[in-house]
Amino acid sequence: MNDNVTMIRFNNVNKWYGRDHHVLKNLNLEVKQGEVVVVCGPSGSGKSTLIRTINQLEAINDGEIWVDGIQANSTKTNINKLREEVGFVFQHFNLYPHLSVLENITLAPINVKKVPAAQAKQQALELLERVGLLNKKDAYPSNLSGGQQQRVAIARGLAMNPRVMLFDEPTSALDPEMIGEVLAVMKQLAESGMTMMVVTHEMGFAREVADRVIFLDHGEIVEDTMPESFFTSPQTDRAKQFLRQILSPMDQ
Amino acid sequence: MDFSNILPALPSMMDGLWLTLKLTVLSIIGGVVIGTLLALARLSKYKFLAMAAGFYVNYFRSIPLLLVITWFYFMVPFIIGWVTGTNRPVGALTSCLIAFMLFEAAYFCEIVRAGIQSISKGQINAAYALGLNYRQAMQLIVLPQAFRKMMPLLMQQSIILFQDTSLVYAVGLMDFLNTARSRGDIVGQPHEFLLFAGLIYFIISFGASSYVTYLKKRTTV
Repeated sequence: MNDNVTMIRFNNVNKWYGRDHHVLKNLNLEVKQGEVVVVCGPSGSGKSTLIRTINQLEAINDGEIWVDGIQANSTKTNINKLREEVGFVFQHFNLYPHLSVLENITLAPINVKKVPAAQAKQQALELLERVGLLNKKDAYPSNLSGGQQQRVAIARGLAMNPRVMLFDEPTSALDPEMIGEVLAVMKQLAESGMTMMVVTHEMGFAREVADRVIFLDHGEIVEDTMPESFFTSPQTDRAKQFLRQILSPMDQ
Repeated sequence: MDFSNILPALPSMMDGLWLTLKLTVLSIIGGVVIGTLLALARLSKYKFLAMAAGFYVNYFRSIPLLLVITWFYFMVPFIIGWVTGTNRPVGALTSCLIAFMLFEAAYFCEIVRAGIQSISKGQINAAYALGLNYRQAMQLIVLPQAFRKMMPLLMQQSIILFQDTSLVYAVGLMDFLNTARSRGDIVGQPHEFLLFAGLIYFIISFGASSYVTYLKKRTTV
């Protein structure tokens, strides 16, 4: 890991929905190259909004977001170019239902990066092998389980050779028995040195894979610390309460 | 009733049917293309574009097709002459084609617009997240899915268009109905010829709409 290269930086970022709803409050944040950062927090805390601002699926009202040395929220930036460098995995997969698994993965490389079709296909097959779905290359998304769809979605993101991968609650829409297969792919990806930001409630993943945990509440970063200290000695009452709710939901 | 005179008239009626089908198919193609552009304009974030397209659609949906056909018959040669400076007649077929395309585009627009709006925001976000621009996202992701969903509606509208092409009799085009009518008049048997024409229209329209019903069933299951 290169400790000195900043991959993502938030400088005093603010966002409002409408006039009154202040979703992101003066956020400052830095993610280094190769780091794996888990973002957690209660629902409505702004964590999904936060991760969507990085590739500008959500615009911000104030402040700066820098990705790999490029200011994402500047009107001078070619946002499509920047998005090529930033993979994004959605809660609901959002695979293209009218295309096969292979076509889902090769669409952006061929049309956006102008990679020759044969080369894009070769790379897609390698990625499918990596996520364990080579045998599904000709299947359509509707014939795959949720876990398989999400693994294809990860392969689709990786096909652009991104510098960063963002995950927006990648396992929240999955049946419990499929969560493991997706987390395993993500863990393997983390170990390969990919810079990752993951919004998730999977505390096991946070503990085992993450370098840092960010706890967000009401649009503010309440804690930003090592996973071990976040779980064993949370500093704030809000984090303590959140951990109680998420680790033992029955004992309220 | 004596249908024996229909057989000798068949070749010329086939020419008429050919014209009707040509009008229908070319109007569908032009109407869908213009209608899709109108739909994209109506959904555009640019207010003026959206308003202009909205006005176009509401206007054409509020006036009779027959009026548009007669208008264009007189206007198109005039406009072309005015633009090119030459005085060249374009003929009833060309003016009718333009009239149908522009008129039907208003209806196709509304179908395509509903189709585009039925595609989830997540699909568009996924396209943008991979670096696709607006045109690529529409062309590769949104429109292919939208057209699949709206195929039954597009075909239904096309069947109506097929029947409406008979209005070209107003400007003297010899389409299927007009040919059948005039051939019937010549031999003094208009009823038989009109009944026959009705049968052919019924077979084509009903056949096509049965196919639409089949398509609908297949896509909903």
